[in-house]
Amino acid sequence: MARELSAVLDHIAKIEELDLDGVAPTTHVVADAMPTDPVPTHPRLRADEPRASLPREVALAQAPAISGDGEGFLVPSPQA
Amino acid sequence: MSDAEIIGLSATEAAAEIEAGSLSAQELFEAYRGRAASDRAAGEGGLNCFTWVAEDVPDGTAPAPLGGIPLAVKDLFCTEGVPSQSGSRILEGYLPPYTATAVSRLTEAGATLLAKTNQDEFAMGSSTENSAYGPVLNPWNRERVPGGSSGGSAAAVAAALAPWALGTDTGGSIRQPAALCGIVGLKPTYGSVSRYGMIAFASSLDQAGPLTRDVTDAALMLRHLVGRDACDATSLAFPEEIALPSAERLDGVRLGVPAELSGASTGGEGEGIEAGVLDAFRASLDRAAELGAEIVQSISLPHAPQALAAYYVLAPAEASSNLARFDGVRYGLRADDAKDLLDMYTRTRHDGFGAEVKRRIMLGTYALSSGYYDAFYGRAQRVRTKIAEDFRAAFAEVDLIVTPTAPTVAFKLGEKTGDPLQMYLNDYCTVPMSLAGIPAISIPCGLSEGLPVGLQIAAPAFGENRLLDAAHALERAIGFDSSPARR
Repeated sequence: MARELSAVLDHIAKIEELDLDGVAPTTHVVADAMPTDPVPTHPRLRADEPRASLPREVALAQAPAISGDGEGFLVPSPQA
Repeated sequence: MSDAEIIGLSATEAAAEIEAGSLSAQELFEAYRGRAASDRAAGEGGLNCFTWVAEDVPDGTAPAPLGGIPLAVKDLFCTEGVPSQSGSRILEGYLPPYTATAVSRLTEAGATLLAKTNQDEFAMGSSTENSAYGPVLNPWNRERVPGGSSGGSAAAVAAALAPWALGTDTGGSIRQPAALCGIVGLKPTYGSVSRYGMIAFASSLDQAGPLTRDVTDAALMLRHLVGRDACDATSLAFPEEIALPSAERLDGVRLGVPAELSGASTGGEGEGIEAGVLDAFRASLDRAAELGAEIVQSISLPHAPQALAAYYVLAPAEASSNLARFDGVRYGLRADDAKDLLDMYTRTRHDGFGAEVKRRIMLGTYALSSGYYDAFYGRAQRVRTKIAEDFRAAFAEVDLIVTPTAPTVAFKLGEKTGDPLQMYLNDYCTVPMSLAGIPAISIPCGLSEGLPVGLQIAAPAFGENRLLDAAHALERAIGFDSSPARR
């Protein structure tokens, strides 16, 4: 795998060929090019209002192990 | 209607037959369910398109407008109570407690979940050979790959094991398998379809879209997919309704052929574009000219040669972050008999991830490591800005950009698995559009060595209606015969 990763890293070095001084990094590739709000297509965060989340038993149902009281995920001790 | 007649219908035609009362949703579903279940039962003795197939035919009537059209969905979409593993062992046994927005929008419009489709693990691959479920075979030639990562979706539609399918595209994962399987695949504008409930690969690039038998079906599915979703903060309101395409001519349409992606600068060598692919591509430009299009050979995407390098920084970096959640705690696989917490994490990820996923996590964590972030991720995001600017400059000169979708036809199973860089070069012509966030479609444009060749057409952001119209006109003029794959 070391040889394969080296070949990919050599290819990635192509991004060093360019002069990118003063070029802003992309954040949201489509929205970056659009005027800001109130343009309706612009992304926006939803209102910060509390809403129901998954019930605890549903959230725990897929876990490999849960605690005996059924209230949390069960994991091995960090220092056994 | 006989089963042969039923599977001969496109999704749009089948919806019309149901509406007219000449076909029932149950008959349609059972025709496809039987075909899909046979393929699933045959495993790698079949095409191995599916990871799950519905057992029951739904009773009752499905709502209009889709009226019960069966839908195949790439494994990485969460579907409530239905296995969703993104082709990975690490999500063994996972039954999501909710459904992805893209899937629920289609079922609310009347589509019915038929099957989940095989894919490269976490959508990392261009051949669907990196799947915990084994490889998918190409229905045109079973010794060949279907492309990837949405290879199960593409092969299923090509072989008429499903009328249409949902896939995802990060660097070409809808368009390239569509090209290699001789069907239509559309990657929409980034943000136009919600990513909520898609098991994430590279969040700034991932986009869901249709894999269909024809351009009209792609438009019909897209119409019901797009829209702002409060559960995905990057999703955008689509500014207009998606229309079903009707164009038969291309009068006045300026089609740009970028030298960097069409073999024009190097005779195809730099991009590794095969002669047979270039022949089919050039023949489609002739068809376009006959329909009245103006072919503009002078446009340039000067940063396209750096696109693949930037992509292989950005996508692995985002993947390494997204895949940190698979740690054996909340869902899926957990390694047995771990001696402590760290040992449990390490062994779970060692056992659960395949080689390509591990390779990309290592690349990504390297690119994001302290002191390297600016040199890799920061720099790649700046290259990305230049690529997006290249496309904006090009679209000041032309309406649409055309290239071959993939540099080669479907290659042999195992041919490229030993050389990751060769595999990555499959996405040479599709990655630039992904980085720019613009819509692009692949339509079949001919055969080379008896295998399908794809034509890629790209449009400015939110230009899907023009894109679909042009693709429709070209599809009619090319008249590609996809029936050999539907046995």
